[in-house]
Amino acid sequence: MSLKTFSRGGVHPPEHKLSSGLTIEELPPPDVVVIPVSQHLGAPAKVLVKRGDQVLIGQLIAQSDGFVSTNIHSSVSGKVLKVDQFMDSSGYRKLAVQIEVEGDRWMEDIDRTDDLVKNTVLQTADIRKKILEAGIVGLGGATFPSHVKLMVPKGKTAEYLIINGVECEPYLTADHALMMERTDEVFAGILVLMKGLGVDKAIVGIENNKPDAIAKMKQVVQGSNVLVQGLKVKYPQGGEKQLVQALLKREVPSGGLPIDVGVVVFNVGTAFAAYEAVNKNRPLIDRVVTVTGKSVEKPSNFLVRIGTPVSYLVEKAGGVPGNTAKVINGGPMMGKAISTLDIPVVKGSSGILLIGENEARRKETQTCIRCTKCVTVCPMGMEPYLLMTLSEKSLFERMESEKVMDCIECGSCSYTCPSSRPLLDYIRLGKSEVGKIIRARKAV
Amino acid sequence: MSQIIIYTIITLVAIGSAAAIILYFVAQKFKVYEDPRIDEVEESLPAANCGGCGFPGCRNFAETLVKSDSWEDLFCPVGGNETMARAASILGREAIEQAPRVAVVRCNGTPEFRPRVNQYDGSPTCAIAHSLYAGEGGCPHGCLGLADCVVVCAFDAIHMDPKTDLPVVVDDKCTACGACVEACPRDIIELRKKNKKDRKIFVSCINEEKGAPAKKNCSVACIGCSKCFNVCPYEAITMENNKAFIDSDKCKLCRKCVVVCPTNAILEINFPLRKEKIETAEAEASE
Repeated sequence: MSLKTFSRGGVHPPEHKLSSGLTIEELPPPDVVVIPVSQHLGAPAKVLVKRGDQVLIGQLIAQSDGFVSTNIHSSVSGKVLKVDQFMDSSGYRKLAVQIEVEGDRWMEDIDRTDDLVKNTVLQTADIRKKILEAGIVGLGGATFPSHVKLMVPKGKTAEYLIINGVECEPYLTADHALMMERTDEVFAGILVLMKGLGVDKAIVGIENNKPDAIAKMKQVVQGSNVLVQGLKVKYPQGGEKQLVQALLKREVPSGGLPIDVGVVVFNVGTAFAAYEAVNKNRPLIDRVVTVTGKSVEKPSNFLVRIGTPVSYLVEKAGGVPGNTAKVINGGPMMGKAISTLDIPVVKGSSGILLIGENEARRKETQTCIRCTKCVTVCPMGMEPYLLMTLSEKSLFERMESEKVMDCIECGSCSYTCPSSRPLLDYIRLGKSEVGKIIRARKAV
Repeated sequence: MSQIIIYTIITLVAIGSAAAIILYFVAQKFKVYEDPRIDEVEESLPAANCGGCGFPGCRNFAETLVKSDSWEDLFCPVGGNETMARAASILGREAIEQAPRVAVVRCNGTPEFRPRVNQYDGSPTCAIAHSLYAGEGGCPHGCLGLADCVVVCAFDAIHMDPKTDLPVVVDDKCTACGACVEACPRDIIELRKKNKKDRKIFVSCINEEKGAPAKKNCSVACIGCSKCFNVCPYEAITMENNKAFIDSDKCKLCRKCVVVCPTNAILEINFPLRKEKIETAEAEASE
C-alpha cells in the first residue's frame, strides 16, 4: 500500500491516543442542558421557544437565520427554564436555551431503530434541504454549515467528495471510534453526501496510525466508487487544504476553497450525521466527544447530547485529576483552554483534554533567533516569525499583503519554536484585525 | 608652474559658474512653494508626534492648520489651549478653546472586589487575552490588567498599581492624547473633562450585563438600577445597556449620585471628606 501525504511543512507531535480502541459509550442525558444558538460559523439561529415551553427530543428550538446559518434542535425532552446568556467555549456569555430534562420523549417522525437504512429515498435538492433542516455542520471543529458546502457555486463543478478521517490532532479519537463502530453508517453517509453533491467519486483519507480503521473502511466500500487511502502520519493533515493536496496533488489557491479545484471535504463525523439526518430523519442532537488526558482515570469516547455540561463528561471519565492545570476544549494543537467546566458540549466539541501542571505551563518567551523553523514547518508556506512581528507592531495592512488570512491556525509554528514564542497567538490576533479591515472595506 | 595654477582656477571657475547657472534655472523650473508659516506653526507644536490630534505627526497637523479654513475638530490635546493660541497668533486667527481632558480608567475590579477565578498564562497583552476569554476575574468588560495602555503611553502618565492590578493615570502628566483609549480592547479608558483640583465623578464600570451576573463577578459593578439617573438634577446621567454613564461636560460635581449608588460603582476622587463622614471619622477616633 502506497502512502500519501502533503508536501509542504508539517510537524510530528507525540500522538498520545489514550482512548484509541475504546468503544463509544453512550451517556444518559444530564439533569439540565444548555444549548447555545450559535454553535456554527455564520449568523446565530433565531430562538423559537420561550421560558416554560415543553420541548421534545429533536424539536426545532432555534431556526436558521440567513444563508450561512443553521437550525438548532433540542437534544432532550423537558421544560425550557430560561433563554438567557450562558458561558460557552469562547469564554464569554452568549445566548443559549437552558432546558431541564424530564422523561425521554422523542419527536415521532425520528427513526430510532438500530436498523441500517442503506437506501436514500431523497433526491439531490431534498438532501440539501434535509441537511439544513437537521442542523448539520462540519463536525471536525470548524462547524461550517454543511448545506452551504453542498451547494456548489455557479461556474464551479465538484468532481470529488473527500471524507476526512485523518484525525491528526494528538489525543483525540472520536472519529477513529466512529469509523470502527459505525462503519456501515459512515459509508451510507458518504453515499448520501455524494448524492447530495452530485458527484460519483469519493476518497476517504485516513492516517496509517489507524490501520484497523483503514482495513474496516476498505472492507465496506468494496464494489463502490469510494476509495480508501492510507496517509503517512503528519500534522496538520486533517486541514482540508492539506488533505486535498495529499490525496489529489491539487493546490487550493490562496484565499480559495477546495471547491476551486473541484473538491468538497467533509469530516467522518459529518458523514455519519448526514446519514442519520437523511436516512433516519434524526437531527444533529448528539456527537462523539473524547475525554482524555494522561492523568484522567478513564479516558473515554462518549456519545453525548449537545448541551451537556463539560463537568458532567469529566465526572463520568473519573473526575478532574488533582494535578490538572488546564482543561482544553479540543486537541492540544488547535484547542483552546477553558476557564470553567460549566460550559456546554456544542456541535464543534471534538474532545476535552485535561493536562497537568508540568505539561500545561508555557515556557518563557525568548527572542527570535532567526532559525526559520517556523517557516519550514508552516504547511501554508508562510513566514510566521514575520507575521508575529507585524502583529506586535500593529502593522495589519502589511499582514494582509503577507496573506495572513491563508493561515489555518494549525499551531505548527508555535509548537516548533525553540524560543517558545507565542507565534499563533499573535497571528490569530492579526487575522481578527485584518478581518475587521476587510469587512470595513466591504461595507463602504 | 604658476601658469598651471591659473589655468586650473579658470577652468574650475568656468565649470562652477556653468553648473550654477544650470542649477539656478532647474531650481526655478521645479520649484515647490511651501508656506513658510508651516515651519513656524510646527515649531510651536509640542513635537511629541503622538498622533493625539488624529494626524500622523506634528508636521502633518501644522500643514492642516495652515490650510484649513475651519479649525473645528482640529485640536492638539497635548499642547492644549496655550499651544493652539500660539499657533493661531502665528496665523493671525482665532483659536477655538477646548476644555482640557484627562484619561479615566472606568474599572474598579480589584482582586478584593472581583476575585480571580482562573489564571492566565498566555501572551501578556490585553488584545490577545481579550480575544480568548473574559479574563481572570470573569467579568467580560473588566480590566484585564496586562497593561497595553501603559505600553502605548508616550508621556509616562499611566502605570499599573500592583495592589489593585489596575492602571492608574497620573493626571498631571496625562495629555489626553487618547493612545490608551485606542489601545484598550475593552474601551475601559475614557477622556473626560478635567475639573478644578483634578476632581472627578464617574461610573467606574462599563459592564453591560444584567445586574445579577454583573454583581456575581464583581461586587462594585454597575447593575443598571437607575438610582443615580433618577437623582441627578442636571440630566448628566444616561442609562444604556444596563449601565449608567455620566457625561463629564454636563456633570456639576454635586455628588448626589455617589451617595445613592448601591454597589459603590460611582467614584468621587480628590474631594474633601463629606460632613457626615467627617463626623463618623471623628466619632471613631474619639472611641
